[in-house]
Amino acid sequence: MAVTVRIPTPLQRLTNGQGEVQCEGKTVTELLADLERRHPGIKERICDQDGKLRRFVNVFVNEEDIRFLQGDQTAVKDGDDVSIIPAIAGG
Amino acid sequence: MGLSKEQVARYSRQLILPEIGVQGQQQLLASSALVIGAGGLGSPVALYLAAAGVGTIGIIDADAVSLSNLHRQVLHTTGAVGEPKSRSAKARLEALNPEIIVTPLQERVTAANALALFSNYDVIVDGSDNFPTRYLANDACVLSGKPLIHGGVVHFGGQVLTVVPREGACYRCVFPEPPEAGAVPNCQEAGVFGAAAGVIGTLMANEVIKVLLALGRPLVNRLLVFEGLAGHFREVSVRRNPECAVCGDNPTIREVVSLESIVCTTGQEAPWPGNK
Repeated sequence: MAVTVRIPTPLQRLTNGQGEVQCEGKTVTELLADLERRHPGIKERICDQDGKLRRFVNVFVNEEDIRFLQGDQTAVKDGDDVSIIPAIAGG
Repeated sequence: MGLSKEQVARYSRQLILPEIGVQGQQQLLASSALVIGAGGLGSPVALYLAAAGVGTIGIIDADAVSLSNLHRQVLHTTGAVGEPKSRSAKARLEALNPEIIVTPLQERVTAANALALFSNYDVIVDGSDNFPTRYLANDACVLSGKPLIHGGVVHFGGQVLTVVPREGACYRCVFPEPPEAGAVPNCQEAGVFGAAAGVIGTLMANEVIKVLLALGRPLVNRLLVFEGLAGHFREVSVRRNPECAVCGDNPTIREVVSLESIVCTTGQEAPWPGNK
């Protein structure tokens, strides 16, 4: 068991085209670190140089926005579902 | 005032829906919507709104139709290449439904014109293709209390959110700021699948009519995400952010400001390639 991380389409080229990947970690921060280990280069797309979530990207744990939970310290556990969702400009 | 015989025939299949009926139809005919962008999203939105009999439809787009638009921008025809999109849209929509009023606006939404423009419509539909317009449309809707139907599309997927100012999350509550200048190749085509734009745009039209007629449960506080390749929809909860710069408890944005400083950049590796 692990946490399912849903990858938005613009970043799927970094996950070999996979829309969801399995990662390990106890918090969102740990999860993103594990995601980066498995798919190098992906974290800088999601977080800025200070490691903070970019302002046009949101992370949801089980469909809840982590900014309204405990931010990047939000706990995750096996079987949880984490979505990374960016703003999209295209029309 | 009843419906004419022709109107009864034209709208018969939705008139028999109890949620719409004659009263709902009359309400639609008396309603207005402004569609920002006559492109991949604006096309299906405007077609369905016109077909349903939304009485006044404004279409604002400064661009001309190009051949590379046609795989997804189903409002326009090959013969319209080179024409202003707003004019091409008006011709197509009036051919579909001659009894509605279509107002073509061949210009951009700007900080200077947004509030005056929006005040003429019941609902605003954001089918634009760039972040400055999206944030501007959101801010202007929040400041004027107008419902906004937001949709975005890229590659094979997209997202939809209905913003009812003060009742639920606005676009900035969900995504506080656009990508910084240079982070996203905004003016570069990233690739988009026509049918994905059709899915998102049609969902937006569905939201417009729900909001106009106060039907069902609009996508307020629910961001709907479509992933076309996987073939599934997902919904995440969003909520009004008390710290939101425009609709929060202590807003720092009190008038419509332009974000035009975020211009297109090309030729560099962007953190979010394809996020157009």
